[in-house]
Amino acid sequence: MQELGKAELNSTRIIRQNDNRVVIEKDLDTEYMVLSMGPQHPSTHGVLRLECITDGEVVVEAEPYLGYLHRCFEKYCEKVDYPGIVPYTDRMDYLAGMNTELAYCIAVEKLLDVEIPRRVEFIRVIVSELNRIASHLVAIGTYGIDLGAFTPFLFCFRDREHILNLLEWISGARMLYNYIWIGGLSYDVPADFKKRVAEFVTYFRPKALELQKLLTENEIFVKRTKGVGIMPAEVAINYAWSGPMLRGSGVKWDLRRNDPYSVYPELDFEVPVPDGRFSDIGDSLSRHLVRAWEMDESLKIIEQCLDKMPEVEGFNSRSAIPKKIRPKAGEVYGRAENPRGEVGFYIVSDGKSTKPLRCKARSSCFVNLSAMKDLSKGQLIPDLVAIIGSIDIVLGEVDR
Amino acid sequence: MDNGMEEAGNIMPAAVQESKAAYDIIKERFGSAVSEFDANPTMPFFEVVDTSKWVDIALFMRDDSRLKFNYMACLSGVDYPEQNQLGIVCNLESIGHHTHRIAVKVKCQRDGGSIPSVSCVWHTANWHEREAYDMYGMTFDGHPDHRRILCPEDWTGYPLRKDYQVQETYHGIKVPY
Repeated sequence: MQELGKAELNSTRIIRQNDNRVVIEKDLDTEYMVLSMGPQHPSTHGVLRLECITDGEVVVEAEPYLGYLHRCFEKYCEKVDYPGIVPYTDRMDYLAGMNTELAYCIAVEKLLDVEIPRRVEFIRVIVSELNRIASHLVAIGTYGIDLGAFTPFLFCFRDREHILNLLEWISGARMLYNYIWIGGLSYDVPADFKKRVAEFVTYFRPKALELQKLLTENEIFVKRTKGVGIMPAEVAINYAWSGPMLRGSGVKWDLRRNDPYSVYPELDFEVPVPDGRFSDIGDSLSRHLVRAWEMDESLKIIEQCLDKMPEVEGFNSRSAIPKKIRPKAGEVYGRAENPRGEVGFYIVSDGKSTKPLRCKARSSCFVNLSAMKDLSKGQLIPDLVAIIGSIDIVLGEVDR
Repeated sequence: MDNGMEEAGNIMPAAVQESKAAYDIIKERFGSAVSEFDANPTMPFFEVVDTSKWVDIALFMRDDSRLKFNYMACLSGVDYPEQNQLGIVCNLESIGHHTHRIAVKVKCQRDGGSIPSVSCVWHTANWHEREAYDMYGMTFDGHPDHRRILCPEDWTGYPLRKDYQVQETYHGIKVPY
C-alpha cells in the first residue's frame, strides 16, 4: 500500500492499494468540485467534453458529453443514393477511411449479391491494412503525447506520412479517399504499387520495433498505464467493446477471424491478445500493446496479399459495379474490423429506390466510449487522461 | 421486410439455421410473445410482439446456457411510417460461447410510444437507446439516464423521423441551409 496524498487537516487519505486501486479513506468531508474537461482539451482527442465530479484529485464520476461534431450522417444517407454515401463514411472515422468504406461496401454488397473480382479483394485488404497501420500510429503517437512522451509522436507521424503518400497516390486524397466503391474500386492501383508497398513494409518493420522500444519498454510509460483503467472481459463484452479494446481485455475476438469477410480466411495472421506477462490484462497498457502488435500482423497480411494478388492485363476495377445500384428489398447488418473495433452498417432497402430507407452506422468509438463512466470511477485525474487515450476515440466517428 | 423468405425452409444457409435453432428455444419459452421467425438470409430476425416481455426475453437470451447472447453489436432505431410505428432492431450474438447471431425487433406506436429499456441487460444499450430516443422520439421505460445524446438538449423534433421538419431557428441561428 502506498499513500498518495493527504487533504487539508489530515482528514482524508488517498491510498493506492497493492492491486492498484485508489481508495479514499471513509468519513471524509471534502467538497466535491465539478471540473469540465473539454470540449477543447488536448487530451480528449477532439471535441469531447467530460464533466468530472472530483474529490480532490480523485474522479468521483466523469460524464461524457458528445455531439459537438454531429452531422447526422444517417439523415444524409436517406437523401443520397448508395454510391453517394461512400464519401460520407470516410468522414466518420477520418483516420481510417478505407476501413469504414470497406465495412459499408460489404454491407451493401451483401444485399446486392455481386461477385467481386479477386484482384479487387486483395487491393481492398492491402489498403485497409495500410490504413490500419496509419491509424494505429496516430493512436500510439497521441497516446504518448497524452502521457508526456513527445518524441514517439514525431516518429509515428513520419512513418504515417509514407502510408498517406501511398494512399494519396492510388486514390488522390490523403485521408478522405472515396476509393473503395460498391462492387469495386474507383481506380486500379498504379503500376509500381506493389513495389512501393513492399518497400514500405521493409522500411517499417525496424521502425515498428523502434517504436516499441520508445514506448512499450519505457519505464515511465509503463508506470503510467499498467494497472490503470482495468476492464474485465465480461464487462467489456457486456459493453459491446470491440477491436483492440476487447482484445486488450483478453478476449480473442476479431471480425477478420470470427465473421470473416473479403479474403481474410485465406490469409495467415495472429489475433494478438495480452497474456499478462507485460501488463495486467484489461488495463490501458494491454490496449496499447494490442495496437502495437497488430501493426506487425498487418504487415504480415500486406506481404501475403502482395504475393497472392493476381496480375490481370488491362484490369478494370469497375467491371463488377452494377450500372444502377438498387439492392433487393431487405435488411442487412454488415460489418468489418476497423482499427478501433467493429464498424457496422444496418441498411434497410425497399427494393425500389436507389436510396436506403435507413442506414445506421454502428460506430466502434461511440460504443467503446460508453464505458467511460464506469472506467473513470475512483481514478486519479492524470489516470483519466491515460484511460481516454487508451480508448483511442475519433470524435468524427463518435458523433457521426 | 416482408416474410417472403419463409417458405425457403430446408435450403436455409447454415448461419440462418443456427439462428433458427436459437429462435426455437426462445419461442418454446415465450410462446406468443414473439413473432414467427424471418429466415432472411442477410439478417435473420424475429419480432417481440408483447413488448412488456422484452426485458424478460432479453435476460433469457443473455443468460440461458443454450443462447448466451452476451454481445449486442448494434441497436438501431427505425421509423415505419406506413404502420404508424417506431421500432428498434437489435443485432445480437454470442462471444466465446456459441456462433449464432440473431436480430430482434421491438416496435411501439409512433406517438408517445415506449419500449422497455434493456440497458440493464446489456450496458451498451444505454447509449444506443439514448441515440434512438434522440433521433426518433420513442421513450425507453426504465432507462437510467434518459436524455438526448447527439443533438442539443433543447433541440425540437426528432431528426430521423420520415416526416421531420427542421426548426427555422435555433437560439437565433438560422438552421436550414
